[in-house]
Amino acid sequence: MRKLPHKDVVIIGLGWTGSIMAHGLADAGLDVIAIERGPWRDTATDYPPSYAPDEYRYRIQHELFLRPAQTTFTFRNTMKQDALPIRSWGAFMPPNGVGGGGVHWNAEMWRFAPTDFVIKTHLTERYGEKFLPEDMTIQDWGVTYDEIEPYYDKFEYLCGTSGTAGNIKGQIMPGGNPFEGPRSRAYPTPAQKQPYNATLFAKAATDLGYKPFPQPSGNMSQAYTNPLGVEMGPCTFCGYCEWFGCGNYSKSSPQTTILPVLVRQQNFTARDNCEVTRILLDASGKRATGVVFVDTSGEEWEQPADMVLLCAYTIFNVQLLMLSGVGKIYDPVADEGTIGRNFTHQTVGTATGFFDPKKFIFNPFIASGAIGMCIDEFNSDNFDHGPLGFVGGGYMGQVQTNGRPIETTPVPPGTPTWGAKWKQAVKENYQSTVYSGSGVHGSFYSYRDVYLDLDPVYKDRLGRPLLRITMDLHDNELKMSAYLTDKYAEIIKAMGAQMVVKKPRTGPYDVAEYQTTHLCGGAIMGTDPKTSAVNRYLQSWDVPNLFVLGASSFPQNHGYNPTGTLAALAYWSLEAIKTQYLKNPGPLVHA
Amino acid sequence: MRNLHRRELLATSAFILFGSTFARAGIIQGSLPWAPGAGAPPIRVLPGPWHFFTPAEGRAVEALVDRMIPPDPETPGGRDAGCAVFIDRQLAGPYGRSEGLYVSGPFRTGTKQQGAQSPLTPAMQYRKALAEIDAYCKATYGGRTFADVEDSEKDKIIGALETGELKLSGVDPKVFFTTLLKNTREGFFGDPIYGGNRDMVAWKMIGFPGARYDYSDWIDRHNERYPHPPIGITGAPSWSPR
Repeated sequence: MRKLPHKDVVIIGLGWTGSIMAHGLADAGLDVIAIERGPWRDTATDYPPSYAPDEYRYRIQHELFLRPAQTTFTFRNTMKQDALPIRSWGAFMPPNGVGGGGVHWNAEMWRFAPTDFVIKTHLTERYGEKFLPEDMTIQDWGVTYDEIEPYYDKFEYLCGTSGTAGNIKGQIMPGGNPFEGPRSRAYPTPAQKQPYNATLFAKAATDLGYKPFPQPSGNMSQAYTNPLGVEMGPCTFCGYCEWFGCGNYSKSSPQTTILPVLVRQQNFTARDNCEVTRILLDASGKRATGVVFVDTSGEEWEQPADMVLLCAYTIFNVQLLMLSGVGKIYDPVADEGTIGRNFTHQTVGTATGFFDPKKFIFNPFIASGAIGMCIDEFNSDNFDHGPLGFVGGGYMGQVQTNGRPIETTPVPPGTPTWGAKWKQAVKENYQSTVYSGSGVHGSFYSYRDVYLDLDPVYKDRLGRPLLRITMDLHDNELKMSAYLTDKYAEIIKAMGAQMVVKKPRTGPYDVAEYQTTHLCGGAIMGTDPKTSAVNRYLQSWDVPNLFVLGASSFPQNHGYNPTGTLAALAYWSLEAIKTQYLKNPGPLVHA
Repeated sequence: MRNLHRRELLATSAFILFGSTFARAGIIQGSLPWAPGAGAPPIRVLPGPWHFFTPAEGRAVEALVDRMIPPDPETPGGRDAGCAVFIDRQLAGPYGRSEGLYVSGPFRTGTKQQGAQSPLTPAMQYRKALAEIDAYCKATYGGRTFADVEDSEKDKIIGALETGELKLSGVDPKVFFTTLLKNTREGFFGDPIYGGNRDMVAWKMIGFPGARYDYSDWIDRHNERYPHPPIGITGAPSWSPR
């Protein structure tokens, strides 16, 4: 193993959180290196408009994602089963390469609700402790909405987010989400224009007494220059957003907001196609001394550094902590250990609306990734859960992102899967059907028996044990999804659909069926080192010169997309590092 | 590292399944690592002899895709749309070899929720299933292959694959049916650059404009039919050589 010159900071993974931290710390004068497992990616080379709109390559064959041959996970529903490897991706899509998930996301720019950050306290106070299922392990975050609001704002202005504010400093604003937490100012750009299906949804929702608002979008409604001086162009509604890179510089990503500035900072270096295989600890086990990575020729390198920032995708953060011996691996039987606990995903439901082809032409291909009109009446604790017997919720909306025909050619139930009748049904319904893959974007609360550990059988290409996922849907989430999907279907019906086909989430959890890539938890933040892996500044309780960024810190997953929150937490952590840690390296919280 | 196998690393750490470049570990500092012409455009499928199928397999697949998506007076069927050509080229390439997927054992049968666990690559699946289907037809229909039986018989056979009633040795009929259906639809609706959706017939059938990239003028024209014909990555049908 060859040893490289020492750096102040080594960053593992150059996606959203890695880019934010690298830029902030290089700006503070530190010598920073980022090590990224996948290739460098850029608009001109990887997804130019000349061939970016290719459903087969990017959506079906997963061009921009990690290959399971590089590494994958094993999965089982319950602790009694043998886990088997995920051989090709299904329920979620692990990113790979510079920009991470920020390259191929839809760019839905949500904030979590103020009550989400204190959910355990809030629900217990309102409904009593007995209202929560016994094995539910939800926790308060250790940080409040008000504390991170300035950092949500910072991320939204970095990205140029298009939206209509619903609450500015406590004042409810017309046309926005009246349930959102107070924001310090309006969105940097106005909301995107909406297609026919979203407009009909908003009208139907208004008629039913709800307050629809445009989904906050990282697809630009107009040209925007961000505070770093990076310019973005207006979205052209091409309908190739999620799973694709944007050829127009219109979708917020590290490439379109930070990297052009970051890469010019002389005290910043990136290595691509290099995979960090472990974090090195000193003899005490209390201090990280750097990382080991392997390049494409198989050569191993040691990169020494004063600080290690773990900025990979949720589940890889957890895996690297386990493989490096940081903290204690969670044991659900003994209910001990912190690494791997409170692992969560999303509970997505939807309803498809079939309309009269003679009267409705939706042009479903005219869309953007974060387009759509939503309501928030059934999210968080915005509604009385008392009579319903469950907790949690989600936003719902007509948020159809595409009409790409390999994936999006819905036919009414009862249609054969092939043959002349199928062909005729596809032809008849293509233009007159509304279908939002994640129309009901439900929360997924944490449970004692939903967790991560190391698989005893299967190994990756480097001989390391695969991470094992044990996950199932609990009754609470199934009830929530059924209730919300009913409410959603009522709105689709009121839009004028002839037929509405409901698809609430049902169990068991299926790892082959795509929901979202919002895996959360496993290295959660909190106030107690016995039940959390990192403190409120995302600093490891066990190794204080190690910070773990990203959605792995979420103690449970709420009813919104996670990126806004994980980016806000990155800025919050960055601020603590700059103003507190660098002056006096050591634990920022004494528990 | 103890368990490091250099050859495997070379093969798995930098996958590019579509382009022609090979990624290597690099150091980036000072400027964006961009060079003109450094992209990885897709490689266009050209018509011509089968790359993967034997002539008999090619006939069978053309017959299968033409019943799965039969021709009608307005739109060609799976065969004339090029679905078999699409499948052939995919099976001859990385997809056919399960390249990039996790193919380490042990292989065990799991629950539906644990996803596909077969050690067979798509190419192996097709090879076995097509041989079995023709063997079944020859035994049942007086020596005729699948391509030569009546359309109504073809439909019965496809139906029996879908339900799993037609047992095939060495390959799960339902799994093969699912793969075949998925690949047929991919060929029909994918960009013509991959050999299917010839002249964008599938896109014309439903009114999908294809690889157009700018609907700025159309976002607020509600309930109005989009008037322009589709274009593909390589252009429009009228531009294609005949």
